[in-house]
Amino acid sequence: MSSPLLDRVRGIAADVLEVPITQVTPDSSPETLETWDSVHHLNLVLALEQEFNLQFEPEEIDQLDNVGEIVTVISRKQNVAS
Amino acid sequence: MNSQENRQEIDRLIDKGDGPAASIALSELWQSEKGPAAASFAVPRYEQIRSQLSLLPYRVAMLRSFTVEPMVPMLRAAAFSVGIDLTVHLSDFNAYAQEILDPASSLYQFQPDAAFLAMQTRDIAPELWKGFADLDPGQVRSACSRVTHEFQQWISAFRQHCGAHLIVHNLEEPSFAANGLLDIQNGNGQKLNIQQINRELVAIANQNTGVFILDYDSLIARHGRDSWHNEQRWLTVRLPLSGPSMNPLVDEWMKFLHPLSGRVAKCVVVDLDNTLWGGVIGEDGMDGIRLGEDHPGAAYQDLQRALLDLHHRGILLAICSKNNPDDAWEVLNRHPGMKLQPKHFSATRINWFEKPANIREIAAELAIGLDSLAFLDDNPSERREMRSALPEVWVVHLPSDPMLFARAVRECALFERLSLSAEDHQRSEMYQAQREREQLQQTIPSREDFLRSLQQEAEVEPVSKSTLARVAQLTNKTNQFNLTTRRRSEQEIAELCTSPAWNCFSLRVYDRFGDNGLVGVAITHRQEDCCEIDTFLLSCRVIGRSVEAAFLSFLACDARERGSSRLSGWFHPTKKNQPARDFYPTHGFAMDIQEGDAIRWVLDISKNIPLCPDWIHLRILTGEEK
Repeated sequence: MSSPLLDRVRGIAADVLEVPITQVTPDSSPETLETWDSVHHLNLVLALEQEFNLQFEPEEIDQLDNVGEIVTVISRKQNVAS
Repeated sequence: MNSQENRQEIDRLIDKGDGPAASIALSELWQSEKGPAAASFAVPRYEQIRSQLSLLPYRVAMLRSFTVEPMVPMLRAAAFSVGIDLTVHLSDFNAYAQEILDPASSLYQFQPDAAFLAMQTRDIAPELWKGFADLDPGQVRSACSRVTHEFQQWISAFRQHCGAHLIVHNLEEPSFAANGLLDIQNGNGQKLNIQQINRELVAIANQNTGVFILDYDSLIARHGRDSWHNEQRWLTVRLPLSGPSMNPLVDEWMKFLHPLSGRVAKCVVVDLDNTLWGGVIGEDGMDGIRLGEDHPGAAYQDLQRALLDLHHRGILLAICSKNNPDDAWEVLNRHPGMKLQPKHFSATRINWFEKPANIREIAAELAIGLDSLAFLDDNPSERREMRSALPEVWVVHLPSDPMLFARAVRECALFERLSLSAEDHQRSEMYQAQREREQLQQTIPSREDFLRSLQQEAEVEPVSKSTLARVAQLTNKTNQFNLTTRRRSEQEIAELCTSPAWNCFSLRVYDRFGDNGLVGVAITHRQEDCCEIDTFLLSCRVIGRSVEAAFLSFLACDARERGSSRLSGWFHPTKKNQPARDFYPTHGFAMDIQEGDAIRWVLDISKNIPLCPDWIHLRILTGEEK
């Protein structure tokens, strides 16, 4: 799986979680990345909201616990919006 | 370049080892994309290149009752972009009160330069926020006095344990008062009571030195109370702000850090055509340019009004314009729409030369550093040229719509001040007198004749409450004639003034052209038989006028009267204090110790003391004795 959306999300996650982008895959999650704690999770959510100009609902925020899922939620929200 | 390419370019510059270029690109990225994503990109990269940059280290503590974590990287990115390397300490969530009250807490161990106390009304006064309608007037009164008492306790405990600056958020008002429409006309309404606490908070701040109020309620109002908050986020992660509100809060914090860390502009250099007025005077003529009460000239008049406000804040105005001088002067002298007058400008360069060369001349004429100049020009290519030719100069970002010019100036953190001294109010008159002095110097041949003709009077006085703000300001701003460049807050100087072995003096200089203001500071410290000059500085306004000799002569007399037989002082060289390098040896001091680049000089004052030049009349005021 590779798409421009995935690459943008990986780039943001790498910056926020302070890891090289090569370490960020669709399967990356708080279990695989040590820096992905609750503070970084909030920072990631806020960075994604800014980058994609959208707002996550509280239930979505809990769902965003791996990179693949983040891509799914964002593309769903973008489709609804357009 | 789009934002992705920008980021790749920055990484390429970092890999190449070109830190300074990467830093400029990073601050441009931050300016255009401010927010959490840009902050996560920028902060680690600034950290990577920090050794190649000359950054000011600064320590900030955040005492807060809500989640500020996502704003910390944003604040650090904003600070990096103006040359400040910020270390941030966060208080534990609801432990701010203990941290402030306990002198051994991690807050004080952190040794902050500044601390923010960021409380929400709903946390500090839940009964006034949520349960207001339940309270009878007596309960309202006791809730209000409990809150002001807590603020009073925290602020005085902080002052007692720590010399750092303290910035206190005031309390926000609710969007919807508990009693609806009735609240506003009720003499004891919810909002009125919160406003009353805020007024008392200002009074508490004013009783202490170095305590400032961040008008959080106005910040929210300016931004729109409805869009400021995100209630869901407050309930889920204790972050009360919506995503887009984080930028204005970070900007507001930065407005305090600029003046506190000395990242300020002392002079703003403005363009004329399409900046101070609409159109080009050389083509459109007096009747054709847009400037007046009504649209489209009103936008330019508003900008002039904003600049006039800066002038009253003690910020100098100067003109740098590519124009025919006669055309431009006709507008400046005669156009009925001009709010600014020729007397408001301390330096003017109206010619066809390149602007960076003109700006250098303006800096030299006003005797201020390039890093104290802000450049205001509507033309993006002039701004770009200035940025690359003179990176030290602050280039103000002006939007393309002239209607937004005044706002851009009013929002700019470079022009913020936290205290105004009497000198600030009359600064530009002083520069006017300076110009007359320089003209005199050109007509009088010898230096001594010139100094004699100035008829100078030097007035020395112990630092007092009324001069404390200006004295602290000088220790923080003076770079050139400054022997040790020790920066001190008002609080620290106030403490030294009451310490038995220390003495703090200010110097004021008058001459035949008028009052030069408070232009010198000396701090001495007596140890056994030796009196050490801890701080000795002169404002650049009076460098080269030999008043330093008069001041030194006073210090020597004073030290001898207090029983010292030797007078000593360090010279710590910096990039800028060359003018002070030979101060001690030219006044007969001998080299005592050398540590690295720093030299300690010493003079035996038991028999002879340095004389006050006979062309300066030295006057000593005793002030209030300790």
